[in-house]
Amino acid sequence: MLQTITILLENKPGALLRATGVLAARGYNIETLTVAKTLDPELSRMTITVDVEDRLRGQVVKQMNKLVNVLQATDLTDAPAVIREMVLLRVRCTQESRQAVLKEAEIFHSRVIDSSTEGFAIEATGDPEKLDEFIDVMRSYGDIEVVRSGGVAMSLETKKLRLQPPVQAAVIPQAS
Amino acid sequence: MQAPEANPTTATNKRAETGKLMSGAEMLLECLAREGVDVFFGYPGGVTIPFYDALYDHHIKHILVRHEENACFAAEGYARATGKVGVCCATSGPGATNLVTGLVDAMMDSIPLVAITGQVHSKLIGSDAFQEADTFGITRPATKHNFMVKTLAELPQIVHEAFYIAASGRPGPVLVDIPKDVFQARGHYTPVDTIHLPGYKVFTEGHTGQIRRAAQLIWEAERPMVYAGGGIIAANASAELTEFVELADSPAVTTLMGLGALSASHPNYISMPGMHGSYAANMAMTECDLLIALGTRFDDRVTGSLNTFARHARVIHVDIDPAEVGKNRNPDIPIVGDVKRVLQKLNRVVQELAPEFSGKHAEARARWFTKVRGWMAERPYDRPHAENEIKPQHLMDEIDRLSGGQAIVCSDVGQHQMWAAQLIRFNEPRLWINSGGLGAMGFGIPSAMGAQLARPDKLVFAICGDGGFQMAIPELATIATHALPVKIICMNNGVLGMVRQWQTLFYNNRLSAVDLQCFPDAEKLAGAYGFKGRTIDKPWQLAEALQEAINDPGPYLLNVMVTPDENVYPMVPAGGAIFEMVFAPETPVAV
Repeated sequence: MLQTITILLENKPGALLRATGVLAARGYNIETLTVAKTLDPELSRMTITVDVEDRLRGQVVKQMNKLVNVLQATDLTDAPAVIREMVLLRVRCTQESRQAVLKEAEIFHSRVIDSSTEGFAIEATGDPEKLDEFIDVMRSYGDIEVVRSGGVAMSLETKKLRLQPPVQAAVIPQAS
Repeated sequence: MQAPEANPTTATNKRAETGKLMSGAEMLLECLAREGVDVFFGYPGGVTIPFYDALYDHHIKHILVRHEENACFAAEGYARATGKVGVCCATSGPGATNLVTGLVDAMMDSIPLVAITGQVHSKLIGSDAFQEADTFGITRPATKHNFMVKTLAELPQIVHEAFYIAASGRPGPVLVDIPKDVFQARGHYTPVDTIHLPGYKVFTEGHTGQIRRAAQLIWEAERPMVYAGGGIIAANASAELTEFVELADSPAVTTLMGLGALSASHPNYISMPGMHGSYAANMAMTECDLLIALGTRFDDRVTGSLNTFARHARVIHVDIDPAEVGKNRNPDIPIVGDVKRVLQKLNRVVQELAPEFSGKHAEARARWFTKVRGWMAERPYDRPHAENEIKPQHLMDEIDRLSGGQAIVCSDVGQHQMWAAQLIRFNEPRLWINSGGLGAMGFGIPSAMGAQLARPDKLVFAICGDGGFQMAIPELATIATHALPVKIICMNNGVLGMVRQWQTLFYNNRLSAVDLQCFPDAEKLAGAYGFKGRTIDKPWQLAEALQEAINDPGPYLLNVMVTPDENVYPMVPAGGAIFEMVFAPETPVAV
């Protein structure tokens, strides 16, 4: 099963590489990754889904939490959370099947964003499994082209975020 | 250069107008001085010329090494000998890439280090400019944290952050990459008062409830065992450890990184555990019913096969790094905190509980000590001495005798390192300096330079093999320049001994690429640098030659020809159980 990790980190150059580097250094391939700044523009929220072996799942999150730029990394795999993804899809279909395609789009609560004689461009959001089905269905009507965003996840629990307080600069450590 | 852009987010700039006008290079030196830096190690190059120009007028001492890697190792030696942050400096491109081995070494052994690297002019970054390398990218996984300075305004803040990160929590190396134009830019300098790193978590106190439960377990144990690591030394917690070992009435081992954390002459001290640890240490780790791991990380060289490691034991694990707790062994009682603070509290609680428990397991404890001391007597480390050739163990014995547990010993990596760790006693922390986690050959001599500069009062040995010595030969010039009275002891067996040992034991004695054949004449080599050197190959010369080296006021190179085919024992084959040690074929039974 894929592990879903959500990371709150400083919006600084290299911060993304540090977080993902924890996975790359251990040879794990990232399945999806989304990142954007938060309400506080100095911070970013990142969602990663990755296939990490069970034994090491705790370890990678701990290693991420150790990073100076990371305020909080949390494993959402088994936690109460919602995960949503967006798909942009173009489907080429015959004149005869246009109605059927529109009907299917409606069933998946997706939105047609462009229409041409060739077919439609559709935007859909939902949980990743649902979107897999949506893509399968659309494929049955003709050639498709798909762009997926990767999941964004939000915890449904409030987790206390403790920011570290400022400290005094240039305090020389004393050896005993 | 233009004045730096104002950055409204840093407090520094609000008062910037009032500060003294100076260059980035001068500001950097000002910040280093505020951090208490008295000496640093480096090698200049194109983009750091502005920095070295400012250094020309500054009181901070700079040691010009002969290779940047050795600047890093020397800074580590300084840091390991003092506990202060070591500082090294290199230019962009090749200078920075040469630091990488030292950075990883400091990372693996949790050594506080700040590395300053020059970078090409910020307008040229990304253009494949002369001597450009992506230092920030290359050193990201090699450091605890790294910074690229983009404007002069952020320079002082970043330098102080770097020192704070390097020294606090689990110490480690921090690199600051500074473009040439930032060194040259001029601006108003106002000292930075506070650092704010909202995401940088340092756990110090330890959970009170867990500490109480740990104390309970300690009293309930019949066969407790203290397993102390380099964390004790990093936390300056030797006094607390000694008190704890006595209060808990437990035998103790210290790891390769922890040698000296508990005095080798302490009655409860056994020795080092692990791949080349003693029989007693490994048996005691195996048979204990409570393992108290303090500032240590269950390294594979200590635990051998994890499934069989301390399999009867409940485990208390104290470490400042939450990622180490539960990484290799799930503890029954995890305590995340500074081992010094945790031990202070734990010692108090253990004492509080004394009236309730004292004497309860006295008999079992006495039996346990008897058993442990029995193992110690049964199979001590091999100390073969021969009549006509120098056994490497004989060499270490003599160094041990002359040191009396007091000298600083900087070791390189290989067989000599293991023999030195086994046979030389350390009665204080910060005397044993070695590349433990990374095992970087060439470490011994440059780290001894750093240690000797930090502790001019101390007798400093650099023990290396003929392989590691030849990796570090360029630094003989640095040692000579500063007349550092380092006693370089080259244990010369003509081969890369540890690799040869594995080839002998596990690869059918097919000795591939381990013969070092050519070795320079020690007397001529040292003489060429202007100090004394000598080669000996007879056991009766050993004591006298070492004494001569020590009596010499300057550097000294003693090349000791030893038995070429000696192996380090005991040995736990990689991945094996630590109680299944291989011993020397003709080990004399209990001396």
